[in-house]
Amino acid sequence: MTLLIGSIQLGLLYAVMALGVYITFRILNLPDLTVDGSFSLGMACAAWVTLSGHPVLALFAAGFAGALAGCVTALLQTKFRIHPILSGILVMTGLYTVNLGIMGGKSNLSLVGGSTIFSLIEGLVPGSGGKTLLSLILCSLMILLLGVAFKTRTGLAIRATGDNEEMVRSSSINADIPKFIGLAMGNACVALSGALICHYQMFSDVSSGSGMVVIGLASVIIGEAIFGRRSVTVGLLSAAVGSVAYRIIIAFALKIDLFPAYALKLISAVIVVVALSLPSIKAGFKQRKMRREATNQSEL
Amino acid sequence: MLELIKISKTFNPGTVNEKRALNKVSLHLDPGDFVTIIGSNGAGKSTLFNAICGSFYIDSGSILLGKRNITAMPDYKRAYDIGRLMQDPMKGTAPSMTIEENLALAYTRKASRSLFALNKTDSEYFRELLASLDLGLEDRMKTKVGNLSGGQRQAVTLLMCTIAEPKLLLLDEHTAALDPATQQKILKITMDIVSEARITTMMITHDIKTALLLGNRTIMMDEGEIILDIKGEERKGMTVEELLTYYSKERKKQLLDDRILLA
Repeated sequence: MTLLIGSIQLGLLYAVMALGVYITFRILNLPDLTVDGSFSLGMACAAWVTLSGHPVLALFAAGFAGALAGCVTALLQTKFRIHPILSGILVMTGLYTVNLGIMGGKSNLSLVGGSTIFSLIEGLVPGSGGKTLLSLILCSLMILLLGVAFKTRTGLAIRATGDNEEMVRSSSINADIPKFIGLAMGNACVALSGALICHYQMFSDVSSGSGMVVIGLASVIIGEAIFGRRSVTVGLLSAAVGSVAYRIIIAFALKIDLFPAYALKLISAVIVVVALSLPSIKAGFKQRKMRREATNQSEL
Repeated sequence: MLELIKISKTFNPGTVNEKRALNKVSLHLDPGDFVTIIGSNGAGKSTLFNAICGSFYIDSGSILLGKRNITAMPDYKRAYDIGRLMQDPMKGTAPSMTIEENLALAYTRKASRSLFALNKTDSEYFRELLASLDLGLEDRMKTKVGNLSGGQRQAVTLLMCTIAEPKLLLLDEHTAALDPATQQKILKITMDIVSEARITTMMITHDIKTALLLGNRTIMMDEGEIILDIKGEERKGMTVEELLTYYSKERKKQLLDDRILLA
């Protein structure tokens, strides 16, 4: 039971990151690798601000820093015309130094003894119920906020940019602007998630962002397997549910010693590979079947 | 309305692939003009459209739309006053968005300011527009555009191009990818919209008969130049055969284009 509650809490906190990945990968249709860097950035910012005594402000600071990182990636992609994947890698690499700088040159920072949003909520609602409630509220709030945001004119422009950029330009909208806003939103979510995890674990580690893109993508894909690919609002919800499902699956697989803890990233990568390759594997099988039937017929 | 003054464009200058796509093209359009453009493949028809839309910047010359010089204006800013329809029905719409959402996006530039993209007033307007197409699309406003047929998509794109009342409409063989019956339908819708709003229009077509039939002016392009520009009585008396003869006499070659021969 503790295991289940723990993974639901983690799932809800990482869900915010999955929302960010959903925005960039699915809505904007951009492979944004900034995520690995902006997750740690959120952690670092949150740790720094929390240690100076402002745990709630820390979340906003992290979100803002993440948005800034997203804007830098957007700048490289649009104005400087650097390939989207490379843009993300460049910002991610640069952020490693930035993150170390924020944490005062140390690779990890402990929050033990300080107050976090979770220690604050435990003062109000004792026990692990408070933590779950807070995670749920934060996650739902983000889904609601983003769901509404994508119904606005700007939100529509972001969706259209991911779908058909040419058409956005011919509707007299500068397609660079939706990219900036979308990447800023996505990375703000990712950084916020980093900040929440930092508070949850009571420490910040500079390398904890590595592989986050893949985990986020795995969550999005699991969510889509459950809900299917539908409207944006359902998509956001399914990404969050996917994240919780992902954590639960991983927790139980670890519990029954299916694989060691260090295998996590490989498993995430495999989930994504399988999910992405499924359609072409299916098509391959179908083609082979057709070929077999065709040869059988010609033999007759 | 539109004024092209000696515009030139050379692709890949200084290389073996150097291609002079537009050679000092000058053209003046009056408001309400409907110009049909003919010419063989590679004559520079689409390049001319690209130059007007700002898909690239021209090497020399200037482009004026209304009273404004738009020569150095980026494409998305020009799009405020220019609607363009491509041959490929897939290009003008966002497939994973609904018909309503597509129209809302195209309408953004002229719609009254509102936070949400979809609202009642606009939806009513979109429904009216769709109903005027007579394709039954007004009852499918929540359908994703990706689920529509090519002809339906092209009709929606046509609405999107004209919804913001552009000063200039560019039609780049916009019916060529459709079957003959749908072609006629889209062409009729086009003429209805254009004549009602009196939009200045340029239409590229490979069908010379249509080119002479529709609009009030026809120009013929070859090797990046306008080689024939007819209107009024001269155009009325022109036949397809005469045009072809003119072309071969003028350019000392046949207007041998399989698509034209078929037409």
